Amino acid sequence: MSEIQSAYNYKVVRQFTVMSVIWGIVGMLVGVIIAAQLVWPELNLGFLHFGRLRPLHTNAVIFAFGGCALMGSSFYVVQRTCHTRIFSDALASFVFWGWQVVILLAAITLPLGFTQGKEYAELEWPIDILIAVVWVAYAIVFFGTIFKRKVTHIYVANWFYGSFILAVALLHIVNSAAIPVSLTKSYSAYAGVQDAMVQWWYGHNAVGFFLTAGFLGMMYYFVPKQAERPVYSYRLSVVHFWALIFTYMWAGPHHLHYTALPDWTQSVGMIFSLILLAPSWGGMINGIMTLSGAWHKLRDDPILKFLITSLSFYGMSTFEGPMMSIKTVNALSHYTDWTVGHVHSGALGWVAMVSIGTIYYLLPRLFGKPEMHSVKLITVHFWVATIGVVLYIASMWIAGVMQGLMWRTVNADGTLAYSFVESVKVSYPFWGIRLLGGVLFLSGMLIMAYNMFKTMAGGSTVDAPVLVPAGQHA
Amino acid sequence: MDINDLRSIVTVVSLLTFLAIVWWAYGVKSNKQRFAEAANLPFADEEAERIELGIPAGNEQRKTS
Repeated sequence: MSEIQSAYNYKVVRQFTVMSVIWGIVGMLVGVIIAAQLVWPELNLGFLHFGRLRPLHTNAVIFAFGGCALMGSSFYVVQRTCHTRIFSDALASFVFWGWQVVILLAAITLPLGFTQGKEYAELEWPIDILIAVVWVAYAIVFFGTIFKRKVTHIYVANWFYGSFILAVALLHIVNSAAIPVSLTKSYSAYAGVQDAMVQWWYGHNAVGFFLTAGFLGMMYYFVPKQAERPVYSYRLSVVHFWALIFTYMWAGPHHLHYTALPDWTQSVGMIFSLILLAPSWGGMINGIMTLSGAWHKLRDDPILKFLITSLSFYGMSTFEGPMMSIKTVNALSHYTDWTVGHVHSGALGWVAMVSIGTIYYLLPRLFGKPEMHSVKLITVHFWVATIGVVLYIASMWIAGVMQGLMWRTVNADGTLAYSFVESVKVSYPFWGIRLLGGVLFLSGMLIMAYNMFKTMAGGSTVDAPVLVPAGQHA
Repeated sequence: MDINDLRSIVTVVSLLTFLAIVWWAYGVKSNKQRFAEAANLPFADEEAERIELGIPAGNEQRKTS
């Protein structure tokens, strides 16, 4: 090798990718435990009860599993599509280790009950500060790499990853503003309904930018690569990107229908949520249609199965979401298991499946192998995971609609026809089915871990060289 | 001018900006070439692809690191 800058930094991609699988197993295991606690309440042992473990589950799957998958894949994609080594090896390493420390601190503090009480933003203020520092470092590494790119264009995947990084920084810093009273306790800087609105402005945009924009970035690189053809419509990707950016920020109020939030704010939130259907489906259509004319690849390629199925779930949950944001529908669905089912059709069906497909694409390349140790096991994983998701969503639909209908049924004299505990009683069988779905999805991850370690064994950790792109002039 | 005028202005400007982006993507003919180039960026490095998959070189030089 003649030049110093002659290879991509795959080390940090390797670290994040492997940890993504590990944290995925941990986070989903906690999910299975709390699903079991709902079926068998006696499993709520000491302080390891549902209330403490539930935020641990959400934080682990979103920020540890999803976060590692996003950071690792974004570092891979940005280097490869910019044809340059990552901006700073030291800073990239800091992002990895800093993020792992955040995850460990979350795993310690949440079961102990240290929480700000804001959904998906539970972590106390010292950890919030660490997150902000690591995130700024992440932004510097990512945008620094784009800045020193050797090609003219910034590929669309990087636009999505970039918007995810910027928006999450903004959301985290605004929503985590708090007044500390001790090392482990703080109070929100906002009060009353403003606090609720800031929280759900954050909460829904965490869905919009962490769980959507970031993973669409993944989709825009790995679907075309695995399908071996460029994206269906590049200009559609430009338009639906900006449509997502302009509309997502307004959708948060749909989490606060029929609350103290002003009625007009709820209506604005509902309207923008309905508009969101268009850009969401723009992304889904663009991804799925990339396979247009090559549908046969779907038959034999389990990685493509994961990626395309994830887009189907994305389309399904982004249809369901706007429908649930309609106030009259929300009057039935809110506070029921329907919401839980909706979240998991997005989280398991879209986010987890697109990440799993991406990780299966990356692993052989990161360890110098032509393919995964066992392609057959990827197919097994695909079917186990798909059946798991379907069981999960279907059981929650039934349980949720049933709960909503029972709670709103009144007798002729206006009294409630059912007590709350009666709706709990009839939900039991469906919570059992949900547990089974979760166990299946977790089993798929264990199959993946086995396949991953077998692929890593005896693999070489050679970093691909940075080459002048064909047909491009620096 | 109170804050609500400002809010209305921002909303209208945002909409116009978005419509301008739609026009830029679909209306400007010269962008076609630009988008085609960008869309092919993931496929511009087959050599790196071959090396990371551990497939031995056919005609090019041996792996560089």
